[in-house]
Amino acid sequence: MTAQHPVALWSEDLLGVEGRVLAVVRAPAPVLSAPSADVDPTAAEVVQLAADLVETMRVSPGCVGLAAPQVGVAGRVFCVDVSAHPKVRTHHGTFVLCNAEIVSATRNEKAREGCMSVPDLTGDVRRASRLVVRGLLPGTGEEVEVTTDAFEARALQHEIDHCAGRLFLDRVAGADAVHARSTYL
Amino acid sequence: MSDAAASDHLYAVTVVGHDRPGIIAETTARLAELGLNLEDSTMTLLRGHFAMTLICAGAAGGRDIEDALAPLTIDRSLRVTVAEVPAESGPTPGGSPWVLTVHGGDRTGIVSAVVAEVAAVRGNITDLTTRLAGDLYLLVAEIDVPAEADVTALEAAVERVASELGVQATLRRVDIDEL
Repeated sequence: MTAQHPVALWSEDLLGVEGRVLAVVRAPAPVLSAPSADVDPTAAEVVQLAADLVETMRVSPGCVGLAAPQVGVAGRVFCVDVSAHPKVRTHHGTFVLCNAEIVSATRNEKAREGCMSVPDLTGDVRRASRLVVRGLLPGTGEEVEVTTDAFEARALQHEIDHCAGRLFLDRVAGADAVHARSTYL
Repeated sequence: MSDAAASDHLYAVTVVGHDRPGIIAETTARLAELGLNLEDSTMTLLRGHFAMTLICAGAAGGRDIEDALAPLTIDRSLRVTVAEVPAESGPTPGGSPWVLTVHGGDRTGIVSAVVAEVAAVRGNITDLTTRLAGDLYLLVAEIDVPAEADVTALEAAVERVASELGVQATLRRVDIDEL
């Protein structure tokens, strides 16, 4: 964790609004399969959405990231927090990014993924394990670049995919890479 | 596994029915007693039903195999078939491996409509799984696309059919890790 990085220093307390727990939509909801639109990170509704995403993630056991389409909002906003996950190497704590884009992605690795919007299935997905992502912080609109690896890199790519209307199912490695979820957190 | 002798026959054996512990143990023990080698196998649960296909080789006759496996079917919870099959060569060289994912609301005809487009370019499905999870229908197919096929046209055709069905389709080339 980079101590002075603006993303690592970020906390939902900076948003100044109370987060609400929203209902998570499940596939095949159309909002999960369509690309979302850019948002204004300083707009009041985006600040509220950011707080709501964090709060909804916090109350959902095992949830390490949540994107706006998963709560029915077609905007390019997501939150992540992988800090408590055992597969983490680098992490930046809890943060929300708006309009995030991948700057560079290298060293693909395959690992099992699940998703609150696809609660009954998991899948083996190849994703970059070295990642640089650029996005805007909600509230200030400050542009930040996050350099990360391993599990945080996977979580970011999963959430950026949500904002582009893609689920992990669109990237599973093959027919034998889809599994029924056997344990629910 | 030993090398197949010239006198060996190749059999496809299927066992389908009510799942319980011990079906595979019992089936393979009876095949081993007949001196049959398991050359390939797949087994899964389909909507809770036990489903297994074995390719085995040996000198035993098909009737002997059927008789040996008959005890499996006594309580009528399982069905067994035994069929002699010719040796098959592997996949046609020159093709490229692709993975197709289709998902969306469950409705009749998703699989047939999408795979028709694959067949139209002589793409060969080498592995297929479909899942129904709540309202979500999912198809994942591994496809060997022949070198002469127009992949861009296939992508467009799959996209068009998926759009008509109101489902999402993604076709991507398989990454092969060389170690």
